[in-house]
Amino acid sequence: MATETYNPPDSLSGLQSKGMMAAIGGAVLAGIGFAMAGADRFFEAYLIAWVAWTGVAVGSLALLMLQHLSGGAWGLVIRRILEAATRTIPVMAILGLPIFAGMSHLYHWSTAEGAEDAMVAAKAAYLNTPFFIARYVLFFAAWSFMSWRLSGWSAEQDRTGDPALAVKMSNLSGLGMVVFFLTVTFAVTDWTLSVNPHWFSTMWGLLYVVGWGLSALAFSIYILARLSKERPMDHVLNASHFHDLGKLLFAFIMLWAYLSFSQFIIIYSANTQEEIPHYWIRSKGGWQYVGWALVIFHFVLPYVLLLARDIKRDWRRVSLIAAWVVGIRVVDYYWHVSPEFHLDGLAVTLVDVALPIALGGVFVMLFAMQLKGRPLLPLHDEGLAKALTHHTH
Amino acid sequence: MHVSNEKTGLYGLMAEFDTAQGIVDASTKAVGAGYTKLEAYTPFPIEELNDIIHKRRTHLPKVVLFMAFCGMGTGFALQYWASTIAYPFNVGGRPLATWPAFVVPSYELTILFSALTAAIGMLALNGFPQPYHPVFNVERFTTASTDKFFLVIEAEDGRFTKEQTGAFLQGLGAKGVYDVAH
Repeated sequence: MATETYNPPDSLSGLQSKGMMAAIGGAVLAGIGFAMAGADRFFEAYLIAWVAWTGVAVGSLALLMLQHLSGGAWGLVIRRILEAATRTIPVMAILGLPIFAGMSHLYHWSTAEGAEDAMVAAKAAYLNTPFFIARYVLFFAAWSFMSWRLSGWSAEQDRTGDPALAVKMSNLSGLGMVVFFLTVTFAVTDWTLSVNPHWFSTMWGLLYVVGWGLSALAFSIYILARLSKERPMDHVLNASHFHDLGKLLFAFIMLWAYLSFSQFIIIYSANTQEEIPHYWIRSKGGWQYVGWALVIFHFVLPYVLLLARDIKRDWRRVSLIAAWVVGIRVVDYYWHVSPEFHLDGLAVTLVDVALPIALGGVFVMLFAMQLKGRPLLPLHDEGLAKALTHHTH
Repeated sequence: MHVSNEKTGLYGLMAEFDTAQGIVDASTKAVGAGYTKLEAYTPFPIEELNDIIHKRRTHLPKVVLFMAFCGMGTGFALQYWASTIAYPFNVGGRPLATWPAFVVPSYELTILFSALTAAIGMLALNGFPQPYHPVFNVERFTTASTDKFFLVIEAEDGRFTKEQTGAFLQGLGAKGVYDVAH
């Protein structure tokens, strides 16, 4: 097996073209939607879609660091997928620029009128446009740096097999994990929490740490299942790998539900005037159905399916669930952001559907380009041989 | 070898093997020959044996799922009864049946019931507690917990006859074949 190079299959070019077609199709639809619904709705939908796909890229960084720290076959077989996803982070930073064009609508605090509000004025030292931009740059610089180092060292490990590189990657990951939790917490406080500068939740950052991790894991499982259909990965992967990843997906879904429900039950129990409006506006006007849809389709359905051992060991069915989770994640972000702009009730427009497809297409295209440039497994990782004969009880 | 009545005096025949591969091969052949009442005893878990010998899946997951729902119902009913019937109490103007507050304890009872069912049910379906088992009548069997592998074909098996089954086990390359007395 020493001569095996695990070169990526040609079908990744197909994935890349599919991504491009989704990007073009989504962009055309988004253009039509823009003409129909106007700029405000466009910017709202853009924020949601961009947060969703940036989440896959940044969540991949977290899982990458996690598997450098924990080891294990599950992490080794998706490492190259995670690395490829994190290399899209600098592009996600550029794709986020339209949000600055829509700031006056998305972030009322950034307008002169919004700044007159007493509570916003009290937060002005932190919540102001120049500092918001500076933080944006800082977050992406930190994530891009970690992605660049981890990917770079991993490529060097493929060439030289130097065992010192594994230590370097694991050391960076230990510190990087702390940086990740802090940056994500502050980033989503800026991007999605501050659409309503009056409301606050200490759970918000964790909801995204877990939500982005879940998106990234589901995306990786879907891609791994695709790869398992043909050489070289069909010789490498077995039911046990998908069993492990399915269990991890199950755990992430439970954690997401636990945090989401915790935030709800704490605010519901306290029932105070400054906190309860978040759930009050989401309990009427059709928004309550979005909430129930999340409970059923984001928690109960994948939870019940992933309970079954046979489903977890079947890569076809696991990959269906994973694809479902990637999609339903967008609804969670929609539930976080959109009600704040539509207090009178639920109103889905074309851009809400088109932009997640368009940005998803761009992401998948970039991802496939990155993934096909390197071997699909880390050739000189000391855990490789063990991971390939992986068997769980 | 002592002579005894096959149907009453003998629990089965035990074959001893030196290697894990030996017992996996022997089990495969025994199942292939049509034996159904057989059991392997090994010093460490050998996963393949599960797929060879125990093809029928355990009912435990279904029992656990059922008890999980019982736990959920118990937890919810307990709180509903306490807060609406037994001790109605106005908390911040909320309805008496404030179901969101019931979710967490209901969930905990779901877990409690299913975890206890899984643990106790596993022991019960394995036939525990079982203070006596005939395989220990074979002196060599003490090595099953150190480095030897044993395959037992039970006398209850429809295809079992002492002579044929004994010859069959010898033919599998067993190091020794022993009678297992009841």
